[in-house]
Amino acid sequence: MNALELKNVTKRFGEVVANKNINLTVQSGEILAILGENGSGKTTLMNMIAGIYYPDEGEIFVNGKPVTISSPKDAFNLRIGMIHQHFKLVDLFTATENIVLGINDKHKFNLKDAAKRVAEISAKYGFDIDPKKKIYEMSVSEKQTVEIVKVLYRGADILILDEPTAVLTPQETEKLFKVIKKMKEDGKSIIIITHKMHEVLSVSDRVAILRRGEYIDTVVTAETNEAELTEMMVGKKISLNINRTEPKDSTDRLIVENLNLTNADGVKVLDDISFTAKSGEILGIAGIAGSGQKELLESIAGLINSSKGNVTYIDPSNNKNIDLRKKTPVQIRELGVRLSFVPEDRLGMGLVGNMDIIDNMMLRSYKNGHSLFLDKKPPKKLANKIIEDLEVVTPSATTPVRRLSGGNVQKVLVGREISSAPTVLMAAYPVRGLDINSSYTIYNLLNKQKENGVAVIFVGEDLDVLLELCDRILVISSGAVSGIVDGRTAKKEEIGLLMTKAKGAKENEEQKN
Amino acid sequence: MDAIAQFISRAILQGTPLLYGATGEIITEKSGNLNLGIPGIMYIGAISGVIGGFFYQNGAQSVDPALAVIIPLLCCLLGSLLTSLLYCFLTVTLKANQNVTGLAITTFGVGFGNFFGGSLIKILRSDVPYLSLVKIARAYKTTIFPFADDMGSFGQMIFSHGFMVYLAIVIALVSGFILKKTKAGLHLRSVGENPATADAAGINVTLYKYLATSIGGMIAGLGGLFYIMDYSNGIWSNNGFGDRGWLAIAIVIFSIWKPSMSILSSYLFGALYILFNYINVPMTYIPLIQMLPYAVTIIVLIATSIRKKRENQPPQALGITYFREER
Amino acid sequence: MKNRKIKTHEPLFHISKRTDVSRSKGIIIRIIAILAALIVCGIVTKIFTGDDPVSIFKTIYLGAFGTGRTLVTIHEIAILLCVSLAVTPAFRMRFWNTGAEGQVLIGCLSTAMCMFYLGGKVPDGLLILIMTIFAIVSGIVWAVIPAFFKAHWGTNETLFTLMMNYVAIQLVEFFLKVADKSGSNVVGPDLLTHGWFPKLFGTNYLLNIFIVAVLTAVLYIYLNYSKHGYEISVVGESENTARYIGINVKKVIVRTMAVSGAICGIAGLLLVGGSSHSIDSNLVGGRGFTAIMVSWLAKFNPVTMVLTSLLIVFLERGADEVSSKFGLNADFAEILTGIILFFIIGCEFFINYKINFNRNKKHVKEDK
Repeated sequence: MNALELKNVTKRFGEVVANKNINLTVQSGEILAILGENGSGKTTLMNMIAGIYYPDEGEIFVNGKPVTISSPKDAFNLRIGMIHQHFKLVDLFTATENIVLGINDKHKFNLKDAAKRVAEISAKYGFDIDPKKKIYEMSVSEKQTVEIVKVLYRGADILILDEPTAVLTPQETEKLFKVIKKMKEDGKSIIIITHKMHEVLSVSDRVAILRRGEYIDTVVTAETNEAELTEMMVGKKISLNINRTEPKDSTDRLIVENLNLTNADGVKVLDDISFTAKSGEILGIAGIAGSGQKELLESIAGLINSSKGNVTYIDPSNNKNIDLRKKTPVQIRELGVRLSFVPEDRLGMGLVGNMDIIDNMMLRSYKNGHSLFLDKKPPKKLANKIIEDLEVVTPSATTPVRRLSGGNVQKVLVGREISSAPTVLMAAYPVRGLDINSSYTIYNLLNKQKENGVAVIFVGEDLDVLLELCDRILVISSGAVSGIVDGRTAKKEEIGLLMTKAKGAKENEEQKN
Repeated sequence: MDAIAQFISRAILQGTPLLYGATGEIITEKSGNLNLGIPGIMYIGAISGVIGGFFYQNGAQSVDPALAVIIPLLCCLLGSLLTSLLYCFLTVTLKANQNVTGLAITTFGVGFGNFFGGSLIKILRSDVPYLSLVKIARAYKTTIFPFADDMGSFGQMIFSHGFMVYLAIVIALVSGFILKKTKAGLHLRSVGENPATADAAGINVTLYKYLATSIGGMIAGLGGLFYIMDYSNGIWSNNGFGDRGWLAIAIVIFSIWKPSMSILSSYLFGALYILFNYINVPMTYIPLIQMLPYAVTIIVLIATSIRKKRENQPPQALGITYFREER
Repeated sequence: MKNRKIKTHEPLFHISKRTDVSRSKGIIIRIIAILAALIVCGIVTKIFTGDDPVSIFKTIYLGAFGTGRTLVTIHEIAILLCVSLAVTPAFRMRFWNTGAEGQVLIGCLSTAMCMFYLGGKVPDGLLILIMTIFAIVSGIVWAVIPAFFKAHWGTNETLFTLMMNYVAIQLVEFFLKVADKSGSNVVGPDLLTHGWFPKLFGTNYLLNIFIVAVLTAVLYIYLNYSKHGYEISVVGESENTARYIGINVKKVIVRTMAVSGAICGIAGLLLVGGSSHSIDSNLVGGRGFTAIMVSWLAKFNPVTMVLTSLLIVFLERGADEVSSKFGLNADFAEILTGIILFFIIGCEFFINYKINFNRNKKHVKEDK
């Protein structure tokens, strides 16, 4: 009998269909991997099983019986537990306190007994946690362990892990997989979401593949291989007819050498990244979301300080090298470096939602001139020009940008960033959430910049777009460069493989040998 | 020796209203609500008790000690509860800014207390000359330890007070126990630290905020009642309670959000409040001594923020309105 | 397809943030709230006085704008407005300064000390200049101390500034004891004989009112048209954006609180040098707290604050009149102010949030 079965499950968010007629089965005592690109609907699907979302259509069966899961509590009662990507823990509490939080059973509240049970569970599955340790003293992997124990403590038989290895070192991943296999031997069903191919192959019994919200197939891991899975995941190449010209007079503009960055949790988010961005070409950056793209761009733009490495800008006017590392955005601008940056978080970083279009134009330029006062004329002119040139749909230039639609917000942001005649333009996911027409407007804008001799760095998620827009594509995986390919000749599967190739995997194999 | 005993005895009396206020505010803040309305709520608690006592003293044939205690007590609890509920309704249900709401409550509460304190007799067209509840105060001041007199100056210093002095200690200790050792305490703390996590764990954030703020408000209200019925012998004077409400909030910081610590800090602050009467300083310097509690609190606040010891920080979500969809 | 009945645990309605309320609709909601509050105030007054409602409102009006009262009322508005202006820059930056009371009081203290120690020893014109400088500098110092700790160590500014109020109060008490050995609680015009602001057109207070009017305009321009004002808005809206364009957030926090403190110092100067010519520890009289509400009600817009401070002062002076007419306690005003505030605070919910009723929505979708 299937521990869990989904039949024709569909979930829409407004007009967007996140999951369309998904069918899925999970047997007891098996590890099912869910494989898919960003935005393929994996997390949405899992959230429906965990009671966070409610499906619009379709049925869910647990142990053969149809069930309704409309809250996390319902999921608990059906012995389903999910370990989210973003931990839900109270930093100030101990592991045990977090684990028992919110449990309302008839047992007497006794943290000592609870700690004992936590220790028992840990011993049984080989976890290594101190029940009395506070969360804020823990490493990421310890926090994740607490989340897993939390689910087990409540007696889950079906465990869902949403990209559990994204934040772990290879050694920690190894340890986690041992635990998962032990839970499987114990008769539990485990669903694991991951992008990393070698993990899928090494840990799962079967793999279910999703692509663009649709269910593709479920295959037995032992009977498949990397190439086949990649092809199912990325699909056949779709032609988009994005106009691409040959780069002209391409010279080195921005040289990044051995960039390293370790975040507050001690995780290496940038691992020895080196590449060169050239004038008059679009350099694409491909990779699973959260592989270090954001940190890479922010390090270059001077928003965060990388711990090691070099960022050198070559001034087109005199071919002099300018060192950009450890400089703030203001210092970079004062050096005469015309670096523009379209960040991923449009309304949280690139623009101020409550300000109107004119005021948002000033973000980059308000300091110009020696006056104490703002000169509102140039930004007003610029705002009107952008509204006209890029066909921004807005009641007026004095409308707060948060009231605009996503596409128009992006046009305002990109419009501002290219208005300063940059020599380097970095754009992170500039078409995310945009409709087809707005997306093409953005592609055209980027192409125009390229033709003007700008070195464009484009971080994207859609491989079809990357392959048709970019001249070269840098693929990063877990914060490290896994390859640089030619945008005109590369195959989609090739990039897919590079994206899912973890640096740690190689090392592990080497260790084994 | 007697002077010291008397000093400590007075310090305890001074510290007790502060202790009620601080304990109430700690419980409230543990739910993430920074209730700056506490000074107002203490006024309302006091005047509600006074109104109840006034009706009873003037209406009853003879004053029964038990009823003389219970009636003002219940009125006080009711008045503070209603005010706390108003605060919760505005900040939790209607998601209003906590600082603005709290200050409005304090403006309202102080005005409410002084208005009825000054006009009650007039409004009721009563024929008593001034607002005095001496008979009721006597019931409040009766010591519950009959052996106190036999214990010399030491015994009097500690055991000769009315029951509310000891009630304050009991409430503080019980609150400390509940916060630290029980499930409800754990849930409450999680609401103040990280309401989104508490919500995801199935804890009713709204309910906990309402409960903690209401219970905290009622405890703080008792501080006002104690001040009138015990400390002031049942005689209301406008603005007599002064800035003790703010001092209570200072004690919360000084005690780094621990009710058991607040017992000692309250008495310490109480002692500082009256210290000038017992040491030989020129009149001129008295204000500088009275400044000490606040200055020390600021130093504690700075020190804890620089040391960054996680256990000593204000609840992480303090002052922030929780709205589930903003996760 | 499957047409299974779906059991939902969803509540009947669900609340969401809204961003689309037009300005006029927002104003209408607020006006309705104020009217509702006035009705409640009328009922409350009726209960305590027994007077008929029309007569009550007439008394309130006469209390504020009756013969010989208008100038005092306008001056009261000006002083409250001045303190409200002071707290506004910090609030725009989401820095919750609850210490305006102390910042104004310390300005009062510096002014009074200059008048007390230098009065008669230097020419009055120079004295007023010195008073101004000292008032502003002391206000800045009082405001910048908590700002510095907030910027560098994240020290909770609400609690810090709150405590600073009481330190200021005790400092004033100390000065009172030093200046007036008789032990009185106030140092009055008999001791502060020099440094009084000149009368404008032979009228008291007019200079104060004029200064505050200019200050309102200046602050409006500072916040909306200067580079500093722009930085304040960006830091208040999103620290991430501030980082993105390279604003030094710490510097902006300290600088903005310095502006707040300077205006508080001016308010203290106007209170002592320009009107009361005396000082006591209750001279600010809670305006530091009322100003927070005035500023917040006006959505931190200096020009709108003229109206909100008018509303509060009108009510307070009116209620004073009601209470004196009926022999009630003067604190009646605080009760009425409180009621109005509760209504306005509550009505913001209906401007910022939308209540969506979920009834039958799901089933409609199911039929497709």
